[in-house]
Amino acid sequence: MNKPVAMDKLKLIIKREYLAKVRNRSFIVMTILSPLLIVGMIAVVVFLTRMNNDQKKVIGLLDESIYFGNQFITGPELSFVDLEGITLEEARDSVAAMGYYGLLHIPNDTSIEAVSEGIQFYSRNSPSMAVTGMLESRIGKRLREEKLQELGVSQKVVQELASNYEIRTSTFSGERSVKGINELKAAIGGGFGYLIMMFIIIYGAFVMRSVIEEKTSRIIEVIISSVKPFQLMLGKIIGTSLAGITQFVIWIISASVLGVVVFSLMGIHWTELNSGTNIPPETMETINEAAASNEIVEIYLAELLKIPWITLFVSFIIYFVLGYLIYSSIYAAIGAAVDNETDTQQFMFPVIMPLMLAIYVGFFSVFDNPHGPIAVGFSLFPLTSPIVMLMRLPAGVGADGVPWWQLITSVILLMLTFIGIVWLAAKIYRVGILMYGKKPTYRELYKWLKYN
Amino acid sequence: MSDLLVLKDLCKWYGAYQALDHVNLEIPRGSIFGLLGPNGAGKTTLIRIINQITHPDSGEVLFDGKPLNRDHIRRIGYLPEERGLYKSMKVGEQALYLSQLKGLSHQEAKRRLEYWFEKFGVSGWWDKKVQELSKGMAQKVQFIVTVLHEPELLIFDEPFSGFDPINANLIKDEILQLRDKGATVIFSTHRMESVEELCDHIALIHQSRKILDGNLNAIKKAHKSNTYEVGLLHDNPQDLKQELDTMFTTREAVFRSLGEELKLRIALENGTGRKELLSLLNSRAEVTYFNEVIPSANDIFIQTVNEQAGGNGQA
Repeated sequence: MNKPVAMDKLKLIIKREYLAKVRNRSFIVMTILSPLLIVGMIAVVVFLTRMNNDQKKVIGLLDESIYFGNQFITGPELSFVDLEGITLEEARDSVAAMGYYGLLHIPNDTSIEAVSEGIQFYSRNSPSMAVTGMLESRIGKRLREEKLQELGVSQKVVQELASNYEIRTSTFSGERSVKGINELKAAIGGGFGYLIMMFIIIYGAFVMRSVIEEKTSRIIEVIISSVKPFQLMLGKIIGTSLAGITQFVIWIISASVLGVVVFSLMGIHWTELNSGTNIPPETMETINEAAASNEIVEIYLAELLKIPWITLFVSFIIYFVLGYLIYSSIYAAIGAAVDNETDTQQFMFPVIMPLMLAIYVGFFSVFDNPHGPIAVGFSLFPLTSPIVMLMRLPAGVGADGVPWWQLITSVILLMLTFIGIVWLAAKIYRVGILMYGKKPTYRELYKWLKYN
Repeated sequence: MSDLLVLKDLCKWYGAYQALDHVNLEIPRGSIFGLLGPNGAGKTTLIRIINQITHPDSGEVLFDGKPLNRDHIRRIGYLPEERGLYKSMKVGEQALYLSQLKGLSHQEAKRRLEYWFEKFGVSGWWDKKVQELSKGMAQKVQFIVTVLHEPELLIFDEPFSGFDPINANLIKDEILQLRDKGATVIFSTHRMESVEELCDHIALIHQSRKILDGNLNAIKKAHKSNTYEVGLLHDNPQDLKQELDTMFTTREAVFRSLGEELKLRIALENGTGRKELLSLLNSRAEVTYFNEVIPSANDIFIQTVNEQAGGNGQA
């Protein structure tokens, strides 16, 4: 067959697979609903959290001692109501009657230690950690001050002691660097890696289901009497992934538009959402604190600009395309080998495992040590490299980042694997699509590989 | 060049199992060719090789005198045994897609589809999804798609299984018309009686080997055993039977008749002609039924298998 005809047929297949996917009712529903659900869920969580926090907790304070006079002033979360000249019994009753959150009783005694030993908090149910934590820190602070004074440290010194300190860091070459930037970089790479994994899992399964559908509807032999099985497999994978990209783009655009609209309506600032992301809390604190200082913001921007975006982007495309093709051809082969979806279970685990491994290795090892032996190993191993290498790449390529030889080796290994896997998958696919009523075993699949 | 398709010495292995064992076949242009044999004999493998779905381990296929290649695909129409359509795709779109895969242009495919849909009375189904169609309708669509690109070679694997009698007849007629227009047709089936009347050539496949092939009439002539079924009216049938038994080998015969006649199957020795038999019978009784027993393809198949098994047993 001449090339143009083969290409025309491939285009026809891609078009059909694409349209079959995007016209599918559940696909349309998912495309529209998912951003609504995600934005809605975040909005609800944020809304509930704020409602919870907005409610100021009122605590009755029965202070019989002389030590804690100025410690319990009303703050943003807690407000205190001083109760004076009544007994503990009366105080408990009235707090309960007033519907306050709780009662803090500070008895009188000779020393502050003895007083603090006797402090008691009464509440209807067991109090929340947030409340007890706040009370404990206030009492603890006062206790420390008192002890320091007893040791002869003046009030002024005590106040000066209470200063925040943050270490300033720089690279060997003398540039200022900031804490948390490595984590941030790894998180950016991790985002790309995660995207690849999600894409593979969602749309790989689509490819598999589509193959099974062709088998169960018995149309497969009609089609492969016109086109080569490999063309059909390739067309199916490409068509499905184009549908997937369409869906992803719609999701990203609509979710961001929706997000901006909803959150601005609710008056939520984006920083409030950060607790939900994968950036470690310390990093966020650093970033928030740093925001106060322009100099540090500039350093962050400079660091972000130093991420080799072009290399990262090109690598993302390469790893995405090759990784997706490898996995989706495995999915296609699985679909061809079975008669229905329930039979796929035994083959699914070995496919999902390297993906999960890559993500876990990425989050637990690459974040801490992007160029350690584990990170290097998994970024070379072809089934995990699309995810792990992308987590390493934001650190840069070359002297202080990923060595060039590692990047090149990784891509070459991935390409070789791609050729090998697609070849094997195509063989299994070609035999499998014409097999009915056989429950395939690994042994059986191995036999298929030897058919002409 | 009278043979459209020539298969030379085809062998095909699936692992340790040999699906085809040195099969040679010539399929004459314009014939209706029956590829007959039990399930698992290798018919489907043979057909898949012709359709280039699988490839032989050795041997050669010549299509119109040239080694089979991908360009021949558009000259072949194939209705597989395992057939179906995309359930959630619209009928028209699906038919267009399948015919474009065979190499028709979009406009040409559409023009021809309109003609066939009209002819089969399914024009109203263009925008319906296949899952909304009755099984008979889906079968019509399937048939249209198979023949739409006007292939020179039509291959039907188990053609009438799953078709209701009305559709089966409709499709039989269409196939005969296509043959009259010059197409060559291959029927592959294990239900030999279902296609026998249509075929002019047959090949019998058994256990991966071709055991017999040729013109159907010639084969039948070669296999007929000079046996006649007769119906005889006589006052004393028992005496007549005893008398005939002394002259010929007879058996009781079963056929439908209205009278109470004696029904016999008479095998003639070499030398005795049917004329002599008929005049002998006429002189003894009233002949109500006289019919030469022509072996069915099924009989010939069983006979050939037995003969070859016997031959192999002695070897």
